Amino acid sequence: MTSLYDEVAPTPPSDVPTRRITVSVNGEPRTLDVEPRLLLAHMLRQGLKLTGTHTGCDTTNCGACTVLFDGRPIKSCTMLAVQADGHEVETVEGLASASELHPIQEGFKQEHGLHCGFCTPGMMLAAKALLDKNNNPTEDEVRWALSGNLCRCTGYQNIVKSVLWAAEKMRAESN
Amino acid sequence: MALDEIKIGGLGASRRRVEDNRFIRGKGQYVDDIVLPGMLHMEILRSPVAHARIKSIDVSAAWEIPGVRLVLTGEMMAARNLAWMPTLSYDTQAVLATDKVRFQGQEVAAVIADDPYIAKDACQKIVVEYEMLPAIVNPNQAKAANAPLIRDDKENQPTNKIFDWEIGDKAGTDKAFAEADKVSKIELHYPRSHPSPLESCGSIADFNRATGKLTVYMTTQAPHIIRAAVAMVAELPEHMIRIVSPDLGGGFGNKVPVYPGYVISILASILTERPVKWIEDKSGNLISTGFGRDVYLEGEMALRKDGKILGVRMHTISDHGAFYADAQPSKFKIGLMHSAFACYDIPAAHLTATGYYTNKAPGGVAYRCSFRVTEAMFFQERMVQAAADDLGIDQAEFRRMNFVKDDMFPYRTAFGFLTDSGQYAKCLDIGLEAIGYKNFKAEQEEARKRGRLLGIGISTMTEPLGAGNSREYDIIGIKMFDSAELRVHMTGKALLRTGAKSQGQGHETTWAQIVAHELGIPAEDVVVEEGDTDTAPFGMGTYASRSTPVAGAAVAMVARKIRAKARKIAAHLLEVSEEDIEWELGRFYVRSNQERGVTIQDCALAAYSNMPDGLEPGLENNAYYDPPNLTWPFAAYIAKVEIDPETGVWDVLKMVAVDDCGVRINPMIVEGQIMGGLTEAYAMASMQYITFDEEGNCIGSNFMDYLLPTAWETPGFELHEVVTPCPHHPIGAKGIGECATVGGPAAFVNAVMNAIHHTGVRNVDMPLMPNRVYEAIQTGKDISGMPPVKSGD
Repeated sequence: MTSLYDEVAPTPPSDVPTRRITVSVNGEPRTLDVEPRLLLAHMLRQGLKLTGTHTGCDTTNCGACTVLFDGRPIKSCTMLAVQADGHEVETVEGLASASELHPIQEGFKQEHGLHCGFCTPGMMLAAKALLDKNNNPTEDEVRWALSGNLCRCTGYQNIVKSVLWAAEKMRAESN
Repeated sequence: MALDEIKIGGLGASRRRVEDNRFIRGKGQYVDDIVLPGMLHMEILRSPVAHARIKSIDVSAAWEIPGVRLVLTGEMMAARNLAWMPTLSYDTQAVLATDKVRFQGQEVAAVIADDPYIAKDACQKIVVEYEMLPAIVNPNQAKAANAPLIRDDKENQPTNKIFDWEIGDKAGTDKAFAEADKVSKIELHYPRSHPSPLESCGSIADFNRATGKLTVYMTTQAPHIIRAAVAMVAELPEHMIRIVSPDLGGGFGNKVPVYPGYVISILASILTERPVKWIEDKSGNLISTGFGRDVYLEGEMALRKDGKILGVRMHTISDHGAFYADAQPSKFKIGLMHSAFACYDIPAAHLTATGYYTNKAPGGVAYRCSFRVTEAMFFQERMVQAAADDLGIDQAEFRRMNFVKDDMFPYRTAFGFLTDSGQYAKCLDIGLEAIGYKNFKAEQEEARKRGRLLGIGISTMTEPLGAGNSREYDIIGIKMFDSAELRVHMTGKALLRTGAKSQGQGHETTWAQIVAHELGIPAEDVVVEEGDTDTAPFGMGTYASRSTPVAGAAVAMVARKIRAKARKIAAHLLEVSEEDIEWELGRFYVRSNQERGVTIQDCALAAYSNMPDGLEPGLENNAYYDPPNLTWPFAAYIAKVEIDPETGVWDVLKMVAVDDCGVRINPMIVEGQIMGGLTEAYAMASMQYITFDEEGNCIGSNFMDYLLPTAWETPGFELHEVVTPCPHHPIGAKGIGECATVGGPAAFVNAVMNAIHHTGVRNVDMPLMPNRVYEAIQTGKDISGMPPVKSGD
């Protein structure tokens, strides 16, 4: 495909250059032909229909588009899809297994860590990056780890509690 | 046996939210997540300048880009009578500019293409020639004698003034001031701020030529108002318009107005006969959609030397940008600004207000606020602190002595509102205890000796939430009632729809709790739907903290209608007369024999399978609720801060909130609303504002320049609760969503002012950025009033 949007274009422009890339998304290898300028967030949302990754600010400030890139949290709205070639990307859709929620997802529900839900996927992935390295963080460590992600609804206090709730559960599970 | 209300998720249960199940899985459905077959994408070209005449627009190069399907300009809109649209304040607003651009970011042209990248490319190819005009960026410039006329498109608009408005008792207030021992004055600017929900605005218009039906998926807090507006603007019959508001990524008032992008996408869909999606980028959202605030407030208070407030005078000058486009009840030109001082027993008050056009984006939306009560309460609490300081009376004691007392309700305020209930002094006392007020003065003195600056700031207020009663409140003439429709299926499960529209408030969870309270149907058996005008009953939407006061009341009322019918069915099933039946949660029983009863589920089944003769089958109904009055929650917010005198940086050591919003449906959600509101209050007090240079360039057009607090800056909050049930609401609830945003800013500002009181500084305007606080400490001078605006400042 010449453009990820071209399923709606009856006559896709033929002179648009594309590049074939293979990205592991939530553990599954996906091969796509993309325009070099296509953003990773748009590849996930339009190309792979993984709409849980949201685009908020377009300038790497709000973190609604946060995904894990080889395990590290990045803002997918300012990374090109071609840069992900050969790498591993994890999105919110990869958090839960078929039967079970991730402890972070449970924590957000139990501690009322979300209102409108728009920042939630990015918040949870930023939290996962922290907890995968440190499953016993202090409140300050949680606040610092989430400081690249904006929330306009909750005031953060319950988000912090949600992450600490998840950390406790993860510790209990690992024992 | 009656059911345990908490166990079935009724009133008072901190029930975990139903909507979370999709959001935590990334399965919410926001406008940008919707993809329709054959959908095209739209991008808007915006004006780079604030005030200029359009000499020419050349779109030919845009048409040449492969994949471009349509390019629209103001001229093409005008040919279809769509270049201008009515606003929600009886003004007009340009959809695509024809004659002039009047603010930076105004919509000039639009491209519709196969994908958004192509549409953006094509926008870059449009050439617009502008003839620059002087820009007006504050009301002082707008009212100058030789000021350029911004709205030369309007007849009978010789100046830049939009309105003059007056309310209160002028003669009585003059008398109060004549008799005063002391007059205290203050002058403030509540700066322009942007609500900035994380999700920007957007729409997908889908016009079906074959059926003549227009469906629009869009980011709106008020789908039915939008349907009415679209019927007027697009001249389509109302029954052929379906507005669907899917999941919203926050609203905060930003998603109430009608924006040009919505209208352009509708025309584009009609012309292309394809669905057209418009998703605004963040910069477009920040520079063109509804701002909040931007009001200059000055006033004075007449005082008796023992501390009694005798009267208040207020004058406000508001900057509405180029189009007067915010929603206000038509009776009140400056919204509910005159709700100021409602919690104080003041004999006389008088308010005058003037509104001006400027070359800034249309502003004045109620940003997490009920029609400008935020500005009113900010002025009130800054004025009260200044008066207490001038009299040399303790700030808490001054408030307590002037409060409306518990036995004075219903109380008619000096501006004419009727407040309903409250325990103001109790709330204040709980807050003072929690912050450690008793020993604070000694602590402050001691700290100052060691070079540390500590301050405590108090903000106490009641505000009018839940617009409103139909006698006084309307939007474009439509009265502000709300609605609910309840269908109980034969198995006792139910479907509830309301005219409100959640943007994160959790209606899917809380409305079901009201049904559980009224009918004993477990909350988990009630599904809630909102936001689709083809299915939801007519309502005015969610803003101004009106959902629980109005739509929530309608939910209780419709459930009571259902219960009344179920009672007839119960009598039939129990073979007794209706008068011999009693209700307990979830069950009717025979008065003489409590063992003999039927559940609400038994009645539901019978409504479809065994109804009494003469009774209409089925168990469904609707209710339209016109509230008798607004609800009046009360709050005491108290902040303790420490300022670093070397840098002007201030830290919040403790923030205590005591809220009385009547009966709490879901305490967990109420507390979530309060913490969210406190954070926006902190944001406005500390960093969040949008300003303009003298050429009208918006400073703050992205999240790099427009600062919002993160988890790192945001302080922790300590919450306390007082419950005074609302006497006129069916379940005793009051509005809460906006209280903390409304009352919170003054607590932070008062705390900083309290910490530097010894320097002689009375006021520093928000946001209290370190450089402003530092300068105030160094110079001992106020930083307030209308600031000069310089390029690059």
